[in-house]
Amino acid sequence: MITLENLTKVFETAKGSIVATDRISMTVQSGETCILLGPSGCGKTTTMKMVNRLIEPTSGKIFIDDKDTSDYDAVALRRTIGYVIQQIGLFPNMTVEENICAVPDLLGWEKDKSRKRAGELLEMLALEPAVFLKRFPKELSGGQQQRIGVARALAADPPVLLMDEPFGAIDPINREVIQDEFLKMQRAIHKTIMFVSHDIDEAVKMGDKIAIFREGKLVQYDTPDRILSHPADGFIADFVGSDRTLKRLRLLTVVDALESDRPSVQPSDDIQTAVRLMRERGHQNIVVVSQANKPVGSLHLNDIAELSGQVGDHQAPLPVLIRMEEDLRSAVSSMFRHDRSWLVVVDSEGKFAGNITQRGITHHLGTTYKEVSST
Amino acid sequence: MNAAAYQGVLRRVAIFTGLFSIFLLGVVTERMNLVVDITQNYWDDITYLMVEYIYLVLISGGLAILVGVPLGILLSRPFMLRYSEGVMQVFNIGTTLPSLAILALSMSFLGIGKTPAIFALWVATLLPIVRNSYTGLRAVPSFLLEAARGMGMTPGQLLLRVEIPNGLYVIFAGIRTGIAINIGTAPLAFLIGGGGLGELIFTGISLNELGMMLSGAIPVAFLAVLTDFLLGQIQRFTVSKGVNPDA
Repeated sequence: MITLENLTKVFETAKGSIVATDRISMTVQSGETCILLGPSGCGKTTTMKMVNRLIEPTSGKIFIDDKDTSDYDAVALRRTIGYVIQQIGLFPNMTVEENICAVPDLLGWEKDKSRKRAGELLEMLALEPAVFLKRFPKELSGGQQQRIGVARALAADPPVLLMDEPFGAIDPINREVIQDEFLKMQRAIHKTIMFVSHDIDEAVKMGDKIAIFREGKLVQYDTPDRILSHPADGFIADFVGSDRTLKRLRLLTVVDALESDRPSVQPSDDIQTAVRLMRERGHQNIVVVSQANKPVGSLHLNDIAELSGQVGDHQAPLPVLIRMEEDLRSAVSSMFRHDRSWLVVVDSEGKFAGNITQRGITHHLGTTYKEVSST
Repeated sequence: MNAAAYQGVLRRVAIFTGLFSIFLLGVVTERMNLVVDITQNYWDDITYLMVEYIYLVLISGGLAILVGVPLGILLSRPFMLRYSEGVMQVFNIGTTLPSLAILALSMSFLGIGKTPAIFALWVATLLPIVRNSYTGLRAVPSFLLEAARGMGMTPGQLLLRVEIPNGLYVIFAGIRTGIAINIGTAPLAFLIGGGGLGELIFTGISLNELGMMLSGAIPVAFLAVLTDFLLGQIQRFTVSKGVNPDA
């Protein structure tokens, strides 16, 4: 857990004093990723660098797990905090292995232990140790270098990680891949992370919480969904963008808008059973499932109301299925692509789980706004 | 791999050309009876003066490295930055002075003999070494320093593990330049009474004795090539492959 209390930094310059951060108070819970977000010069990087005391605060306090960081020797403190910077900063004179072992070496670990750890970290990052350990940074691609930079920060297993625009210098395609990898890893290792970014999409994707800075002040500190749905003022609303509600789609999964109480029919059922089920519920369509409860087709009320026979003779094929764990952005994108207002949802085994509809999604996104207007 | 293969070919061509030139030189000198001259008439002079010459180079060059590298490092420290730019300006002007002028200046206040010669050689060698040590360390990108500080290196560890290893290639380039200047200037030491192989060269020129002149010139050339080769080998083994642009 990282706690900042009235953290203030004033830089004295020839042109007078500049307040870089003004009484910042916030808490990052253990195992959470907090994104410090804002335009350049807003104080987010200064705030982060005060945590590992690369910059000493003018006033205010920082606690890591309730211990005041100013009680520590700055050098000893930094060895317990992982640090990743935008330029990566791998040491060109050292091999990948030596780079990863830099902090363990400073801490005086046994060579065997740290070298073994380096191999494990590379495996965790999907880089073959036998291939990469003895290479030099100049022999790696930018994406590989940044993975090694992350491995180096994690080498001594610090509870806290500071990341200063870590993926900013990587091309957009690789950035997505590395972000996904990092998210997956963070789910396994649960570090407390302070992450500086100026990219709202990255913040929404990577953060459990987002802290928005403006001119040295912390203006809003909340979950990504709250920031996007209820920006505290016009500045934040502009900063997160006029398409902020669409961005929320990424935060929600299909489960959130799932209508799971949908009935289904089997191909061998009488078609009038399907018609009756739809009329009872007021639905316009119904899903046809196989014996194993896997969706195989659908029926539309208007098409079959006057027909007789078995469901199997009249069912229309399903152009697309969507899995429960996918985010609503892909769901909506699928709807647009196939010109449909509803999709069939399947669980991880491919069994029928329910439907999602455009109406349902719109309603789900809108609920949070109604809550506020009614209070 | 292509570049390496290309370098390999270049090296073989260079070695072949070198050997062939030595062979041609041998044929010419033999025709002029110079071989007898050099190997018999001047052999004692050559060995005696060569020892003197190596002594001059070793003392002045060694001292220049021992003083120059630490001085360059010291000037690159943050607390020295206020003064170091000024100091480097003085050093840059110093580098433009011809070696002969430095020898003359040295003689004018230290008199003649080995001491002023060694002093002048030391000064001429020192300048490029200090300058390269300083720029080598200053050229280490600031984000590397930030990464190193951020992971908890002390200033000493920063210097030994990051700054010097990454600046070493440039520092070595300065040492090689300095020593090349030293070896090239050392024959001039004879002019202010410092002795060495310059004695054979300058006397040979004055007396128009080709054999005597070559007895001085060939060992000087040989020593220059040998020293640079040895320094190159040391550089290859001490500079990390990750930093060396040739590796």
